[in-house]
Amino acid sequence: MYRLHVLLCAGTGCTSSKSPLVKEALIEELEKQNLQEEVCIVDTGCHGLCALGPIMIVYPEGIFYAQVKPEDISEIVSEHFLKGRPVTRLVYDETIQGDNITPLADTTFYGRQTRIALRNCGVINPESIDEYIGTGGYEALGQVLTKMTPESVIKEILDSGLRGRGGAGFPTGRKWSLAAANKSDQKYVCCNADEGDPGAFMDRSVLEGDPHVVLEAMAIAGYAIGANQGYIYVRAEYPIAVQRLNIAINQAREYGLLGKNIFNTKFDFDIELRLGAGAFVCGEETALMTSIEGKRGEPHPRPPFPALKGLFDKPTILNNVETFANIPRIIVKGAKWFQSMGTEKSKGTKVFALGGKVKNTGLVEIPMGTTLREIVEDIGGGIPNGKKFKAAQTGGPSGGCISIENYDVPIDYDNLIAIGSMMGSGGLIVMDEDNCMVDIAKFFLEFTVEESCGKCTPCRIGTKRMHEILTKITEGKATMEDLDKLEELCYYIRDNSLCGLGQTSPNPVLSTLRYFKDEYIEHVRDHKCRAGVCKALLNFKIDEEKCKGCTLCAKNCPVNCIEGSLKMPHKIDQSKCIKCGTCFDNCKFNAISRG
Amino acid sequence: MKSLEELRQIKEKMQSQVSMRTEDHNHTRVVVGMATCGIAAGARPVLKALSDAVQEQKLTDKVQVLQTGCIGLCQYEPIVEVIIPGKEKVTYVRMNKEKALEVLEKHVKGGKAIAEYTLKENK
Repeated sequence: MYRLHVLLCAGTGCTSSKSPLVKEALIEELEKQNLQEEVCIVDTGCHGLCALGPIMIVYPEGIFYAQVKPEDISEIVSEHFLKGRPVTRLVYDETIQGDNITPLADTTFYGRQTRIALRNCGVINPESIDEYIGTGGYEALGQVLTKMTPESVIKEILDSGLRGRGGAGFPTGRKWSLAAANKSDQKYVCCNADEGDPGAFMDRSVLEGDPHVVLEAMAIAGYAIGANQGYIYVRAEYPIAVQRLNIAINQAREYGLLGKNIFNTKFDFDIELRLGAGAFVCGEETALMTSIEGKRGEPHPRPPFPALKGLFDKPTILNNVETFANIPRIIVKGAKWFQSMGTEKSKGTKVFALGGKVKNTGLVEIPMGTTLREIVEDIGGGIPNGKKFKAAQTGGPSGGCISIENYDVPIDYDNLIAIGSMMGSGGLIVMDEDNCMVDIAKFFLEFTVEESCGKCTPCRIGTKRMHEILTKITEGKATMEDLDKLEELCYYIRDNSLCGLGQTSPNPVLSTLRYFKDEYIEHVRDHKCRAGVCKALLNFKIDEEKCKGCTLCAKNCPVNCIEGSLKMPHKIDQSKCIKCGTCFDNCKFNAISRG
Repeated sequence: MKSLEELRQIKEKMQSQVSMRTEDHNHTRVVVGMATCGIAAGARPVLKALSDAVQEQKLTDKVQVLQTGCIGLCQYEPIVEVIIPGKEKVTYVRMNKEKALEVLEKHVKGGKAIAEYTLKENK
C-alpha cells in the first residue's frame, strides 16, 4: 500500500526530455529519505502536454509538475512527499490560482477535452495488465464472448456511428459486417499502426500508454467477423510502442485473454506484431497487407476490397489504432452513450496532435464538432508572440489548409472535406503570418515525392512535376501559365492515381490555391513573399534616414556583408547577402525593410 | 483467466489503487499535518495508517488522504482534519494511529464526529 502515487511520463516525448534520469533521481531520493514504502513510482504513457515534459503528476492531490529536472527531485521529495507542501515553482502555471493549486481538469487545455481513446493514457502503467483490468479493462471482451452474438456486436458498433479514425472515415460497423458476411476458412483482423503523417503521434501515444485496449478491441473484432488471428503493423521507429505491445501480448497470453478458449468459450484469438520499415505508403491498406505478407509494400487496385480478399487473399478487416481504442468503451457503455457525443454524421471524439504556432502543443482529444477557433484559442492557448492566425493544416500530406474564414466551422469528417481538407489521422498544424502558404504546399509535396512508391505514373511523375512548379514559384521564376498548369496537374493526379497516397497528394496545393491564391499570384507577378519565407524573393534594405549607425546589424551579420562606421548609416552589399534576416530581426529602429 | 468472476476479482484488487488517481471535488478529504512539528509529534505513522486503511477498505473512490504543511497549532500536533463536502471542517488534535483509525471508522464512514478528540474540546 502506498499513500502517494507519482505518475511519471515514460512516453516518447518525455523520454527524450530525459524522464528516465528523473526517475533514477527519484528512486535514489525516496530511499535516502526512507519513503520508498510510502510512495510508488508509476511509469505512464503520454499526458498530452509534451512541450512541458518531463511531466510528473502526484496523486491523490493531482499536483502536476512540468519540466522536472533530476536536481529538483530532492526538494520535491522532502517538501512535498514528506511535508505536504507542493513545490509551487515547478507546478504547471495554469493550475496555480493565487495561493491555491486547482485541479488539472479545470485548466483550459484539459477541461475542454473528452478522453475516450486516451482515457488510460497517462493514468495507468501500460506495462501492467492488472492496472488495465483495474480500470475496467477486458470487461468488454468478457461481455462480448459470454453474452453477445457476433451479429449483436456488429450491430452495436454500427449503431454507435463510429467511423474510421485513420482518416477516411469509413463506418467501422459496416466494414466489420462486410467481412463477417464473407465465408472463409480463415479471416484476419489487422491493426494499422503505421502512423506516417509528419507531426502526427496519437497512435503512438495510445500504443505506448494503453496497449491492452488495442489487443482487447482486436479480439472483439475477431469474434465479430469470425477471425482467430490478428496482426498489428507498427513502425520499427516506434521502439517504446513495440516494446510495450510485446509485453502486453505476453501478459494477455499468460492470463488466457489471448490464445485458446478465451473466457472458457470456444473462441481462440492470437495477435502477432509486424514491424514496418517506415514507408509512408505502407499506411495504405492494400500496401500494408502486402507488406505483412513479406512482399514489397506496394498498393494494388480495389476492388476486391480487403473484406473479401485481403491479407493472404482471405477476408480481412483493417482498423486504425484510435478506432480500436474506442471499441471496448462502446461495448461497455453502449452505442447510445457514444452517439450522444459529436455531430450528426461524426460521432464520438477525435484525437489531434496539435502543433505549430500555438502556446500549448501536444495531444488533445475533443468531441467531434469542436470548432477550429476553440481548438486554437482555448485548448491551444492562442498564438504566441501576438501574431495573427493565418491557417491550420489538417490531415498531413493528404489534407489541406483551413483559412480564417472557416475558423468557426465545426470540425468533423464531412465539414473538413467540404472545405477542401480532410480529417486524416489527426495532425493539426497551426500557422501564423510568418508562414508562406506556397512554401507549406511545397513542403508537403516534397514529402509525397519522397514517399511515392513509384508503382503508378500519375503519382510518381506527376507529384515530381508539381514540386518543380512550386519550386519555380518560390524562386520567382514561374509564369501565370504555370499556375494553371499546376491546377490542371492536381486534378489529373487526383483522378488517376492508384491509391490514396497519390489521389490525395494534390490536396495541400488545391486547398492553398483555393484560399490563398493571392499569395501565389504575388509570388509569380510581384516576386514577393509576404511572409518573408521564400529567400529568393527577399531583399533587405537599410533606410539611410532611419539608420542611427548603432552597428548592431553589422555585428550580427553572419557573412559580414553590412558596412558602415559608428553613428553613420549602414549599407548591405546585396551580392554577398544570404537573406537570413538576422539584421532585420536585430534592428531596434525599424530601419531595415524586407520585401 | 477462465471466467468473468476471475476478472472481477483482479479488478476489485486493483481498483482501490487506480481510483486514487482521479480528481473529484466530491471526495471526503482527510488531511494530515505533515510539517516538521507534525512529523516530530508522530504524524507519519498516522498518515500511513490512514492511507493504508482507506485503500484496504476500498474507499479511494470516496476518500482522499492528503498532507498539508503547518497549520499553526504545533502544540496540538499530530493534527488530522476531516472535510466532508457540504459540511464544516472538523479538526482533530493529538492524534495517534489508533485514534486516527477510530476517526476514519466513526466520522468519515459513520458520519459522526468524535467530539472528545476535536480541537474545540481540547483547547
